[in-house]
Amino acid sequence: MITQRSEVKYIRSSEDIISVRQAVREWSVNLGMNLIDQTKIVTAASELARNTFIYGGGGRLIIEQVNNGTRNGLKLTFEDKGPGINNIDLALKDGYTTSGGMGLGLGGAKRLSNEFEIVSEPGKGTKITIIRWK
Amino acid sequence: MEKIPILKLKEFLLVTIQVDMHDRLALSLQDDLTSMIVKTGARGVLIDISSLEIVDSFIGRMLSNIASMSNILDAITVVVGMRPAVAITMVELGLEMRNVRTALNIDKGIEMLQSMIKEDNPGYLNDNSKE
Amino acid sequence: MAKDQPLNLPEILKKYEEEILTEWLREQAAAVSFRPDQMHESELRHQSTEFLALLTETIQSNSMADITGPAWTRVREFLETISRSRAVQGFTSTETAFFVFSLKQPIFSKLQEVLGNDGRILIRDLWALTNLIDKLGLYTTEIFIASKENIISRQQREMIELSTPVVQLWEGILALPLIGTLDSERTQVVMESLLTKIVETGSYISIIDITGVPTVDTLVAQHLLKTVAAAKLMGAECIISGIRPQIAQTIVHLGVDLKDVITKASMAEAFRIALMKHGLGISKLSQNSKV
Repeated sequence: MITQRSEVKYIRSSEDIISVRQAVREWSVNLGMNLIDQTKIVTAASELARNTFIYGGGGRLIIEQVNNGTRNGLKLTFEDKGPGINNIDLALKDGYTTSGGMGLGLGGAKRLSNEFEIVSEPGKGTKITIIRWK
Repeated sequence: MEKIPILKLKEFLLVTIQVDMHDRLALSLQDDLTSMIVKTGARGVLIDISSLEIVDSFIGRMLSNIASMSNILDAITVVVGMRPAVAITMVELGLEMRNVRTALNIDKGIEMLQSMIKEDNPGYLNDNSKE
Repeated sequence: MAKDQPLNLPEILKKYEEEILTEWLREQAAAVSFRPDQMHESELRHQSTEFLALLTETIQSNSMADITGPAWTRVREFLETISRSRAVQGFTSTETAFFVFSLKQPIFSKLQEVLGNDGRILIRDLWALTNLIDKLGLYTTEIFIASKENIISRQQREMIELSTPVVQLWEGILALPLIGTLDSERTQVVMESLLTKIVETGSYISIIDITGVPTVDTLVAQHLLKTVAAAKLMGAECIISGIRPQIAQTIVHLGVDLKDVITKASMAEAFRIALMKHGLGISKLSQNSKV
């Protein structure tokens, strides 16, 4: 997979969640994605950006336009140096949450993406990567 | 800080969400709405989301909260104008919003509110077409 | 050594631009592939003049080895525009690339004429020119192919949309008669267009009729159910009609849960229910008012 272009966005406040949505929207439009695909990836980005801010104590997002040889796609990597996730499987189950919210963020983002990868360990932060192919 | 305007429409309240809401704005909307319901004695609330391109779990939670809170205050909430792309994404996301009534647009929303209030059944949670 | 000396090409292009242009236009017009019906001669002249000017200007102060750099952006963009418009107009990729490749001969001739005596210098310049033209020509072809692919996928989408029309049976009641095999992509397009139509017409109920669908697999069933769920979220209802016995069996075997969805055997039945839901029914006219 090759990266054609990239951008970094910092997530330090709840306003940053909005600018993440706008940036991802812009990138997906430039990629020529149809409306439904755009909506899916922007929504997934919103969920993950919020997780990064609330559970990860802030972090950053790397947006990349990638190509796997036949298709173009948008790759989003959310990184934080927060407490990390103890039990990933449990976290991916809908409804699970440690702070009383709806808990759809992680599992939801996975369902909205073509590819999903998560690396997280207690005390070592979290890195979540999603890809939506055009 | 900017606020989302709440308008009085007959005996109902109308909220049109047009901006990308950040967390504080969403919370202040919930506060303002509940105050207004009490102040005006409104029996119904219409939330117009036709301008929203995205509804994530946070906004979904907010809409759900508003529906629950207004229920307790004896008012019915109807969310109108959801865009197809948003609906499809919410289904994929798994956001069901079971306690939120929806209608295609403001007119239909008002129709729904009027017929439900006429029945005087504010706690009737089922689909109103199953009469 | 001939190698260390700067290329003569930039200077020659600048000095003899007019003559090279004239030769080039003659080459293009003489080609078997020239289509005076598709492209007006004046348009071709305009494009060629502009391109040659751009090319000449660019190689005055920039290396010809790498055309992907920022110095060559304007040239690339110009070729992109030409390539895309030819793709849309229906030219072949060869015809389109010929625009660039046909430049070789006129410049070759000029180089020979001016540098004729020293073989080594001539060969160096010829080689640099060939490389450059080849790269530009290939780039043109790449863009052409990408444009064609875009056109094809757009046409595919349009075909799918055309073959699954949403009809309005009555005020507030839509029908979507699905015919033929449903694949994942088609079902998604259909889903979107139904939901959009629901918003446009403000229809409170849609009848999705699958009488004409021979088989339903898990994926298709899930898409249908998602459509119904999405419509419900928006404030509208869906009835699925035309479920044949075999499909009913498949659905049960697949373990697909239809608990929230109304299903009817025929569209007629579904239509009756739809009318009822809005307090409407069909009654016979009295004898006197028969048409």
